[in-house]
Amino acid sequence: MHGFANPARFLRIARWLLPVLLVPGLVLSFGAIAWGVAFAPPDHLMGVTVKILFIHVPCVWLGMAGWSTIAVSSVVELVWRHPLAGIAARAAAVPGAVFTALGLITGSIWGRPTWGTWWVWDGRLTSFLVLLFLYFGYIALADAAQRDAAGGGSAGRIPAIFGLVGAINIPIINRSVVWWNSLHQPPSITMGRSAIDGTYLYPLLIGALGFSLVFGAVVVARMRMLLAQIQTEARLRRKALG
Amino acid sequence: MHERLDQWEFVWAALVIVVIGTVVMVGWSLIAMVHAERRRDAVRRK
Repeated sequence: MHGFANPARFLRIARWLLPVLLVPGLVLSFGAIAWGVAFAPPDHLMGVTVKILFIHVPCVWLGMAGWSTIAVSSVVELVWRHPLAGIAARAAAVPGAVFTALGLITGSIWGRPTWGTWWVWDGRLTSFLVLLFLYFGYIALADAAQRDAAGGGSAGRIPAIFGLVGAINIPIINRSVVWWNSLHQPPSITMGRSAIDGTYLYPLLIGALGFSLVFGAVVVARMRMLLAQIQTEARLRRKALG
Repeated sequence: MHERLDQWEFVWAALVIVVIGTVVMVGWSLIAMVHAERRRDAVRRK
């Protein structure tokens, strides 16, 4: 793992990895959405609004995957002091927050015709909204820690600790529809089995794969951006000190 | 009173929001990356 700790080696890999992730990701994600909207049959209960499934579910999965990325990177940063781990966590925060927001918005849009309401304070929706606020807090903490580090401070571990503590929300989101009564339906896809018909399942999985590749591409792009910012600040600091 | 909603309006609204949101996020990240790397290269050349 520490073989990839060298920023120069990472940047060499990132230069070709970014288009390899981004182009197939956009093709698969938008293609799967188009396929699902055009060809998936209406549901006998939800009608055509079931097609929001192909948009909403990948966004929710990636919102949760984003925080899981932050948590794992935080462990790597705190335990092994991997130099790129903190950068990876920071890079995952913005796309994770964006997908969480999109999951909340599309879920609300789906809820209006299906449940008759835009919002309800049940376990699933509330815990997912909490996740969005956790993302905002993490982004603010990480920015403050980077400014502090640029000034010679030592607050770099605080975002990592926050990332670990916030991870408790992920299993709460996952189990919320099992633990509490909810308008939201119980899990349809679990380890090893699915309650969803193939005409919905395959475009959903392809779309989820596509959005995951897009997420990876955005993380790589933001890691390159953060590395460039850090290298620029370090060089300017060395010049200022003579 | 039975409320009749055009379901396709909700489907298109969700679709447009996600497509625009994804494109804006990808575009913003790429632009920020290019800008930061150009600034780094300019500082190195000085």
